[in-house]
Parts: sequence; structure tokens; C-alpha cells
Amino acid sequence: MEQIIFYILAAVAVIGTVLAISEKHPVHAILYLVTSLFAVAVVFYLLMAPLVAVFEVILYAGAIMVLFLFVIMMLDLGHPEKGFSPHWREWLPALLLSLVSIASLVMVIVSRHSQLAVPAAQSIPIREVSRRLFQGHGVAVELISLQLLFALVGALYLGKQQASSPGLPPSSAPERVSGSEEKSP
Amino acid sequence: MGIEILGLPMMYYIAMVAKVLVAFLFVLLTVAYATYAERKIIGHMQVRLGPMRTGWHGLLQPIADGLKLFFKEEIIPSQASTFAFLIAPVIALVPAFMTFAVIPFGGVIEVAGYKIPLQVASYIDVASGKVYDVNVGVLYILAMSSLGVYGIVLAGWASNSKYSLMGGLRASAQLISYELSAGLAIVSVFMLSQTLSLNEIVNQQSSFNGLGWYIFKQPLAAFLFFICSIAEINRTPFDLPEAETELVSGFCTEYSSMKYAMFFMAEYANMITVCALTTTLFLGGWNGPFATVFPLLGLVYFVAKVYFLIFFCMWIRATLPRYRYDQLMHLGWKVLLPISLVNIVVTGIIGYFIK
Repeated sequence: MEQIIFYILAAVAVIGTVLAISEKHPVHAILYLVTSLFAVAVVFYLLMAPLVAVFEVILYAGAIMVLFLFVIMMLDLGHPEKGFSPHWREWLPALLLSLVSIASLVMVIVSRHSQLAVPAAQSIPIREVSRRLFQGHGVAVELISLQLLFALVGALYLGKQQASSPGLPPSSAPERVSGSEEKSP
Repeated sequence: MGIEILGLPMMYYIAMVAKVLVAFLFVLLTVAYATYAERKIIGHMQVRLGPMRTGWHGLLQPIADGLKLFFKEEIIPSQASTFAFLIAPVIALVPAFMTFAVIPFGGVIEVAGYKIPLQVASYIDVASGKVYDVNVGVLYILAMSSLGVYGIVLAGWASNSKYSLMGGLRASAQLISYELSAGLAIVSVFMLSQTLSLNEIVNQQSSFNGLGWYIFKQPLAAFLFFICSIAEINRTPFDLPEAETELVSGFCTEYSSMKYAMFFMAEYANMITVCALTTTLFLGGWNGPFATVFPLLGLVYFVAKVYFLIFFCMWIRATLPRYRYDQLMHLGWKVLLPISLVNIVVTGIIGYFIK
């Protein structure tokens, strides 16, 4: 039963991602990406990681993708004919990086001959996850949150400089801030 | 009874389908009659009569409205993005119903010797008699409520109209801002409950016959959550996305017939969901006098509490004028967000010293 659901979800995720890349229309691409993220979230749930599943939907599908949509609508990028394809030199780094990741994926698939012994599936309680995260890796969590704070302050500074008028509506500040957050990591 | 499918008794599947149907029909019927109740209540509050002509005191009005919308012409604007235009009302409607999967609407009832917990996504361990449900129920609700915005944003964008686009943009900005405060208000609840499962949260509020409700322990959080939820579902003091005086009808300007009806339904279904959630988190869920002895009474209490909150929403609508857009953002970011953060800190400090 779980296997059938998994294969359906995996197919949805892969097809959704491929369509998200190949689709020319940015808004449609975002819709496909959301579908794919949703499928991945349910896969996480099947893997007995409900917390990861829910965070996937809240953060990626629910917050970041909405911001993408918001920016596309704000800047009126929803017209594929206005888009331009980048020069081949700009493609090179992306190509190189994707080759590295594909190569490592292939190596992993080829090298894993033996089936790993799967431990008995058990849902991890949230308390356990948070203990592990905040007690074991407390410094790292603090560092990451500080980095996000820097990005936030930086984005606010840039936003202030561009808009000379003091009567800037408060709504524009958080959007810019969050938009820059995603670029930074 | 004896037949087993995939390791679970046949009764499990029957109960599951029955529970889904009950929850679904409850929402659908309440949606239909909430529109009638809204017109009637606001009418009486404004010293009018409200609908009177269709049926006794206008009782058939929702059916007449439905028929009218059904027979209207479907219009798809020629410049619209058809794919997104068609899918947007569905995306708006579905998450509102999906949220109901984790809301417990009653205790454990017994049908033909088989125990059924009245919560869609749950099962009972027969040996220990414990009810298990989604252990991230609260987060699941936050996830679903953040998905609903896609419907509105896509509708606004796909219509290819200035009014719709403005409505969609406003909706997304408003939702992102108010979702934060709503989420933080819930955080202070599960700091008290120490669990994210809604079933557990309801059980913990059962003490002292009503005095154990979280609205008494966390009045500020309840207040914040309800305000932010009203803002999230675009109800009146915050209905900027469809402000008819400035944006015609906002994101649904270009929609007609059944597609418009679906947005309408989504709005009311969201209202019911939010009221059910507030009931579950702050008003003790299905708890009440004798609810543990007669489980069906719990269902009655739950419905009564939800209906009271729906009435409260309508009362607010009849009382308060609409916010201006900058006031709305000011309220969200500079008033509600700091208050909810302070509330978490205070809850943490008190919890640290009491326990």
C-alpha cells in the first residue's frame, strides 16, 4: 500500500519538477513546482518524518513560493515573450555544477549494491527532534538565524536608499526582506 | 465485521468514509446556511428584515442563490490565462476542507461494538483505548491555511485585469503578514499543552468543566489568533482584497457563475474552519458538561461553539468599518506581531517558574 502511494508521489514529484523547468511561463512553472514540493512532503510523511513534511509545506510551498508568485506579479514578469535566454557563457557554471551533482548521484547509485538494513520504521517525536536540534546544534542554529538577520538588515538598508520618500508603505519592506533571504543561503 | 483489508478491520474503512462524509456535509450545509444567516443577522442588526420572500422567512434563499449562480453564463476573459483561471477556484476551496481532517469534533463513540474516535485522521488502539492522531496537527493546519492563498493570488493574476491583480497582491501581502501573528499565537498554546496533536490539546482542556479552556489561560493568544484568522480569511474589517468600493470585487471581479460560487463557498468554508480551530484550540473543543459520558453530546457542544463563533464573525462584520490598507499593515506588523512575541516570552517565563 505504502509502496504504491510512494511510486505515485515520486512520479508526481519528478514530472512536476521536469515541467517546472521546461515550462516557459513563470506562473505555471511555480504551480508545477508547488505540486512537486507537495508530493515530496507526503513522501516525507511516508518516511515517518511528519515534522519535515509539514515544514516542507509551510515553508517552501506556503511561504517561499507565494513570495516568488508575489514578486512575479509585482514586477509583471508573467509574460514569457519578455524573457530572454542568457548567453552560453552564463550557462557554463550552471552546467558544471549540475554535472558534478549528476555524477555524484550516479556514483551513489552504482556503488550501493547491497540493500541497507532498514531500521524498523518509527515516527520520531517532535520533542526528540527539537532536543537534538537546539541542544546538540544550538550554536549552528544561532549562527544561521544571525545570518538571516544580517540579510534582513542589509535588505532594509538597500530598500531605504532606493525609496527616498519617507511615506513608504510598511508592506513593501517585509517582502523585499524575505525576497533577499532566499538569495542569501 | 470479520473481514480484514490490509490488516485493518472492515469497520475501520466504513467508519472512515462515514466520518469524512459527516465532516464534509457539515461544512457544505453550514456554508449554504451561513450565507442566509449572515444576511438575516446583519439585516436585523441594521433594523432591516433580510431575505423574506423565498420560503418561510426566506429559508429557501440559499437554494435560490445556488440555482441562480448555476444558470448564469460562464465567462472566461479572452486575455486570461485559462489554465490558472480555471484551477484557481479549486485551489481556494480544497484547503478549507482539508483542514477539517485533523479537527476533533467529538469523543469516542461506539457503533456495533467498534470504537470510533470522532476525528477524521485518527485511529484508536483497541488494546490500550488510546486515540492516536496526526502528531503535528497544529502545524498541518498552518500548512493548509498557507496554501489557500494560491487560489486568490492566481485568480487575481490569471484574470488579467487591473482590479483583480490589485486584489490578488493585497491578498498575498495580507496573508503573509497575518499568518505570522496567527502562528505565533498558536505557539503560546502549545507551550502550555506540550503537544502538537489537536486531540491531546482538546483533552487537556477538559478539566474544571470549562475553566481549563485555553482562552482563560491564554486570553491574549485567543484574541490575537481570532483577529489574525479573520484577517487571513478576508472577512470584513480586513476584506481589502475584495473591497468593492475601490476594487469592484477584487480578485473575483472576472469570475462568474459556478466559479464565482466556488470562491464564495471557499470564503465561508474558511470561516467555518477558522471558527472550528478557535473552538478546538481555545474553547475546549467538544468538551462540556457530560460530554465524556454521552459522546454525541460532545458533537452538539462542538457545533454550538462553532456556530457561536460564526455568529461572532457576522457581528463583527455588522459593527466595524473596513480598514485602510496602510492601517492594516501597521496593525499586523507593528501591533499584533510584537504583542504575540511578548506573549510567547511571558508564557515561557511563567511556565519556567511554575513548573
